[in-house]
Amino acid sequence: MTAATTIDPVDTVTASRGPAEQDTILDIRNLQVFYATPTGDVRAVDNVSFKVQRGEIIGLVGESGCGKTTTAMAILRLVQPPGRIAGGEINLDSVNLADLEGDDLRETRWTKLSLIPQGAMNSLNPVMRISSQIKDTIRTHEGRISNRELKERILQLLQLVGLPSRVYDMYPHELSGGMKQRACIAMAIALDPVLVIADEPTSALDVVVQRVVGETLLDVKERLGVSMIVIGHDMGLMAQLVDRLAVMYAGRIVEFAPVESIFNEQLHPYTQLLIESIPSIKEKKPLKLTEGLTHDLRTHMQGCIFQLRCPHVMDICREENPPMRALRSRHETACHLYDDDGVRLH
Amino acid sequence: MAPLLDIKKATKIYGGGMLSAGPVTVALQDYDLTIEESPATITTIAGESGSGKSTLANLVLGFTDLTSGQIIYRGRDLAEMTAQERIGYRREVQAVFQDPYAVYNPFYRVKHVFDLIIRNFKMASSKAEAREMIENALNVVGMRGEEVLEKYPHQLSGGQRQRMMMARAYMLKPKLIVADEPVSMVDASLRAMILDIMLRLRDEEGMSFLYITHDLSTAYQIGDHIYLLYQGSVAESGEAAAVIENPKHPYVQLLLDSIPVPDPSVKWGGDEATTIDDEEMRVSVDSGCRFYPRCTQRMDRCLEASPVPFPVGANNHNASCFLYDEEEKILA
Repeated sequence: MTAATTIDPVDTVTASRGPAEQDTILDIRNLQVFYATPTGDVRAVDNVSFKVQRGEIIGLVGESGCGKTTTAMAILRLVQPPGRIAGGEINLDSVNLADLEGDDLRETRWTKLSLIPQGAMNSLNPVMRISSQIKDTIRTHEGRISNRELKERILQLLQLVGLPSRVYDMYPHELSGGMKQRACIAMAIALDPVLVIADEPTSALDVVVQRVVGETLLDVKERLGVSMIVIGHDMGLMAQLVDRLAVMYAGRIVEFAPVESIFNEQLHPYTQLLIESIPSIKEKKPLKLTEGLTHDLRTHMQGCIFQLRCPHVMDICREENPPMRALRSRHETACHLYDDDGVRLH
Repeated sequence: MAPLLDIKKATKIYGGGMLSAGPVTVALQDYDLTIEESPATITTIAGESGSGKSTLANLVLGFTDLTSGQIIYRGRDLAEMTAQERIGYRREVQAVFQDPYAVYNPFYRVKHVFDLIIRNFKMASSKAEAREMIENALNVVGMRGEEVLEKYPHQLSGGQRQRMMMARAYMLKPKLIVADEPVSMVDASLRAMILDIMLRLRDEEGMSFLYITHDLSTAYQIGDHIYLLYQGSVAESGEAAAVIENPKHPYVQLLLDSIPVPDPSVKWGGDEATTIDDEEMRVSVDSGCRFYPRCTQRMDRCLEASPVPFPVGANNHNASCFLYDEEEKILA
């Protein structure tokens, strides 16, 4: 497979940030998720490969429809028909989730990997107290536990996400948006998973609350050493939150690098576009308009997927799909603009 | 000449009717705002959830009535308008809403939204004329009728739907467009396009905007004036650039510090962010400054009376905070 990740092992060891290579929690290889439509399969996720190390936060960014949520759903095995996982491996702690079925799958979900869903504030049951909802989660997976022990554990969880203990007896409508979101984080870490997937955890919140929730996520990661995949499209928030950033476009990862590295130098033209379109509060600048269409995801595109919108498109881009290459230390991108030494051609 | 829109001492209180014994919610208190007829401007209303910005939009659009105060549109009080005048007002003041997915009826093709207004306001005498009006409006937002009009809402992207809403508002040639969070549900790359349409309508068509948002960075990029609301009162107001470059009110400073900087080496700055829940909020509104429970620079007198706007800079830059009371400084 041309799109398979190739990381130079020397680079990985010398990297300043992030744990060592052998501490890989999640290893996704050539994942493909297709949605069946009457006129052909939509390739929502096409040959995505990446690794998540223990205790790191991976950011997954891209515009709506680029496949970031679908990737997350595939990891949780929650892709619903007409969608299906068409190929690839999802190795979590050396178990391939793509092969799991029935009870094995049910037991893995939430004990090993959990989800903070998109619009998490609307995912709480409005007629159950916060405590009962967390109790349900724990009892379902761990069986009989005494009420006293359970209460103690839930109070600890609430404290961990910075909620006062009176939230224990409250209903979701009594909480503000940010508090509901933090209740969802508490639920996601209730069973001490190794990986938490947060799908747009702050998208409906205003900046102050967004910051509180963001800081809660960082705090939880520090204390529990849990790995996270955070999905979003706010580059500013990503800069604050994640260790490594994966940029997705039309179902593929086009750039993957430590967050400092990507903000220092964007190699892929699409990433450049994403970063340029962040509105600034420091200087007034003309609005950056981006016209252009994503190609029809039902057809397999000859060449690079970004060729229709790319300002630097070359002949080779129309013929050959660029492979993922490590052009800088731990900084990978799929673009023909650079030669094998990482020198920009034009 | 009377201003386009003049809001005087507007107060909106929810609850507290004869039958409800519970506490009341003061959504908007003694709010003043003036939008001049020309030149056309973009006036930004910003604040966190629950600050009263959507209440303001609902009041201006006539969805709810004021508890006290006045909204005067070109010299006529909204509450005293005749039915005929109201229809005229509804035509001249248009709205673009936050959620471009919820405003369409999924059972109709998208051209239905245009057909409806043409019929209601009797804008065209023939089908061809109507079609041309729609086409013109769509061109303004960079779309072509043949590509979109016959489609169903689910076949369009969020950005396309929001641009159609802009086109719909534009077609009525309104004086004022109330845009309630028009870009918060649109992708970053498409956001610029919507904002650009707003700027063009302002400059080329002379339409004013009441731009309601919680995103200060877009307010900074396109806004002329800004009003920052906290708990229904204005915390700070002035020219958008002046306020955002040089915030004075502690709440506005917190808000600006909380905007994530797209640079991993600069972490969230300023004091630790604090939020309080609704319960504490309600207790705190009885007297004094509403930001008191969260303020890092609070003083005793902040509990005694609510601060009025004090001038803190040129061009009507005001902050409602006792830190800027000149008399206080002299005493100290």
